[in-house]
Amino acid sequence: MLTISRAILDAIVSHARRDHPDEACGVVTGPAGSDTPTRHIPMDNVERSQTFYRFDPAEQLRVWREMDDRDEEPVVIYHSHTATEAYPSRTDVSFAGEPGAHYLLVSTREQDVTEVRSFRILDGVVTEEPVKLVGVPADGDAVQSYMFGQSPVAVDYECR
Amino acid sequence: MAIEVRIPTILRTYTAGAKTVDGSGDTLADLLTDLDGRHSGLRGRLITQEGALHKFVNVYVNDEDVRFLGSLDAKLNDGDTVTILPAVAGGALGLLAAAAMLGR
Repeated sequence: MLTISRAILDAIVSHARRDHPDEACGVVTGPAGSDTPTRHIPMDNVERSQTFYRFDPAEQLRVWREMDDRDEEPVVIYHSHTATEAYPSRTDVSFAGEPGAHYLLVSTREQDVTEVRSFRILDGVVTEEPVKLVGVPADGDAVQSYMFGQSPVAVDYECR
Repeated sequence: MAIEVRIPTILRTYTAGAKTVDGSGDTLADLLTDLDGRHSGLRGRLITQEGALHKFVNVYVNDEDVRFLGSLDAKLNDGDTVTILPAVAGGALGLLAAAAMLGR
């Protein structure tokens, strides 16, 4: 299961919406071994493509070094699909190189509802996992609604 | 000639869990051959059957991406640090097209 704060998820979704129709990508780091994502780092999609993303190799080196210095690891690696569902493509699976990370996919194909799903990708095998939101949203009046893979219906942000 | 090599999590099965290992060589190709003597299988994860550096990994000499340094022919010096990171890439695009884009 991925446990993530609403504030960070909101920031990820905002990033994906901002870059739409291009794919957005980034990482959320956390203390090594904690499995807790705490520091959101939007990354540059050097491909600036609607169907492909790649971290800028120079930026990635800088961010990965910084993680090392802070004794952090990549807890969440996220990207958006802008015209298809939030499910890993064959390309996503082939490139998945962080065995400890939660691969979070956000689909921005619908304007009003954002699909958010999380996966483990190990040795080419995709396993979906539940997403648990914790904490209050940064903006208490958020009207964004999310649809999670395990949820039969949209989770409305305003209903608490 | 000692060169420090930083190994990503996914390849630490080849280094008994070590985050860094030492190696030697005048070029990146030499270094990977040297490392494979002690960490069998590591080289095969970084180099394709055709003998080119794999598109799924980024390799850096100090701060520089080796793609700008001649790739496997990149020159190494005593005290250099070589960092290996998995490329973080993907997307809705088909795999063959994606691999072709990375090969540019």
